[in-house]
Amino acid sequence: MITVATANRCARTFSYKDVKTCPIVAPFTPPCPPVLKLSAPVYNGRMMNYRVSVGMECHAELLTASKMFCSCANAFGGEPNTRTCPVCLGLPGTLPVFNAVAVELVVKTALALHCDISMRTIFHRKNYFYPDLPKGYQVSQYGDTPIGTNGYVDIEKADGTTKRIRITRVHLEEDTGKSIHSDGLGYSVMDYNRAGVPLMEIVTDFPPDVESAEEARLYAETLRGILLYVGASDGRMEQGSLRVEPNPSVRKEGTEAFGVKTELKNLNSFRAVQLGIEYEAKRQIAQIEAGETVLQATYGWDAEKGVTVLQRVKETEQEYRYFPEPDLIPIEFAPEYIETMRASLPELALDKKNRFVSEYALPVADAATLVSDKATADFYERAVSAGGDPKAVANWILGELTRLASGAKIAIAGGKVSPETLAELTRTVADGTITTTIAKRVLEEMWTTGETATAVIDRLGLRVAGADAVAEMVAAVVAAHPDIVAKIKGGNEKVIAFLKGQVMKEAKGQARPDDIDRLLKDAIDKA
Amino acid sequence: MTTVAPEDVRAVGALARIALTDTELDRLTHQMNDLLAQFDRLGELDTGNIPAMSHAVPVVARLREDVARPSLPRDVALSGGSQTDPWLGGFIVPQVLAE
Repeated sequence: MITVATANRCARTFSYKDVKTCPIVAPFTPPCPPVLKLSAPVYNGRMMNYRVSVGMECHAELLTASKMFCSCANAFGGEPNTRTCPVCLGLPGTLPVFNAVAVELVVKTALALHCDISMRTIFHRKNYFYPDLPKGYQVSQYGDTPIGTNGYVDIEKADGTTKRIRITRVHLEEDTGKSIHSDGLGYSVMDYNRAGVPLMEIVTDFPPDVESAEEARLYAETLRGILLYVGASDGRMEQGSLRVEPNPSVRKEGTEAFGVKTELKNLNSFRAVQLGIEYEAKRQIAQIEAGETVLQATYGWDAEKGVTVLQRVKETEQEYRYFPEPDLIPIEFAPEYIETMRASLPELALDKKNRFVSEYALPVADAATLVSDKATADFYERAVSAGGDPKAVANWILGELTRLASGAKIAIAGGKVSPETLAELTRTVADGTITTTIAKRVLEEMWTTGETATAVIDRLGLRVAGADAVAEMVAAVVAAHPDIVAKIKGGNEKVIAFLKGQVMKEAKGQARPDDIDRLLKDAIDKA
Repeated sequence: MTTVAPEDVRAVGALARIALTDTELDRLTHQMNDLLAQFDRLGELDTGNIPAMSHAVPVVARLREDVARPSLPRDVALSGGSQTDPWLGGFIVPQVLAE
């Protein structure tokens, strides 16, 4: 049996249900309107009279080996409470020590997002009662000296235009534990494996530049790409290592003041980001149209039902009682350190895409697909530098290799075909050793066995048939079909396709189509 | 002069999950106002030329190498909890986010 409240101390945590029933907290919390049922006809057309603004908060767990302030492993999954120690359990007498790689990854990300770096950065305690952190506070960065400030991300919209989304801050904090809910227990269970995992928060500027659900999705996609390129995060939204939390608000067209924003959680995919914001904007409009007030609160996205559900009424900033963390002294960066970090940044996706277009004359769409995954982009460039034709290599990667890799559920770069052997394959097609049709078969063999293109061609005898051999096949086909030849001579040129097909069949794809055309024409003329 | 009203003190109490009786509220309101009066006195000092300080020690942080080391065995970690669920392997807390 657990005691949730004693006579003069309420140990309850915030949830709407508690807020309504907790006599201590209730006087300070506005009443909560019910979640409205939405029916499409109410909104059609109405959306037009409202403007949507979306502040974006993104949290990314950093790709470190250990936690932020202790040496417990930073990993996903595993048995509950098997990665904890006195530091991340918040036991008395322990002191936190910064993880150098976590700091480095935030600095790199901030630089990639064109931020200014605070050369002296400090940490704060964010105090709240919620059992997800055993200390009773979260170490975070508050105020005007987070690691990064004043940055931006450029997003590319569907119409090809670019929009700049300003970023106000990039800071470092610690992740919280996870609660395990089990029906009928009457209590929750905490797993602190994730407590203290280094977490980076990236917040967009106010007033928000993101003005639609689609722009929010594009922003999230672009940001994820940057995080992956920098190597700061694995970007797995479905595992929660990248959490996108939009704060949408709506206001009537022509109104200057922004509406009350709500915060959206549980968005586990880019699609959910877009759908969640669309729904939430409509829900807010419905409330306003019904003469109600939008409540500043956290809503969770229920992907199955396609609705947002009120989770908890948010504490205001003051209620978190931030103060400088006395256990952590400030970090000062040397200018050389920042320059080293800057120099170590890889070329980012957007720059790489533009370079692929100008340097390799690739269509924009192909370049965009290639750079969407850094490993694939690197694979492409290695194949090109190994002598592969830029256009042909792109086609093979985006076509056959993507098909083979997705069939095997692995990354292209993780397969047995190396960039060098792919380059070799494109050369054998270009110099006429094999036809494109045969090349597909060769690639499949290469994918399975890891052999070079030449090895496969030789082993299976796939070289293009010489002109003499094709001429022999043509002669045989022409001799076998005098009726068709007669038709052609009679003016029905279309049926030549039949003869060509017969030769192709005979040659098993190893004859060049233009060789067949030329030889077939000669043979018919002579017949 | 900065002062707090009883309702401010009740709000601060609620943030700490402490319910206050009217007598306690009255006493604490006076005490908090005494404290604020002291801060007002400090505010009379001219600190225009003194840089803001976030920490009492004039040193900067050393960073730790990112190496994972063994954690506590789970039974040891859980032994500090007032109530634990051995089946789920976790610390028992009041139900969060009911339904």
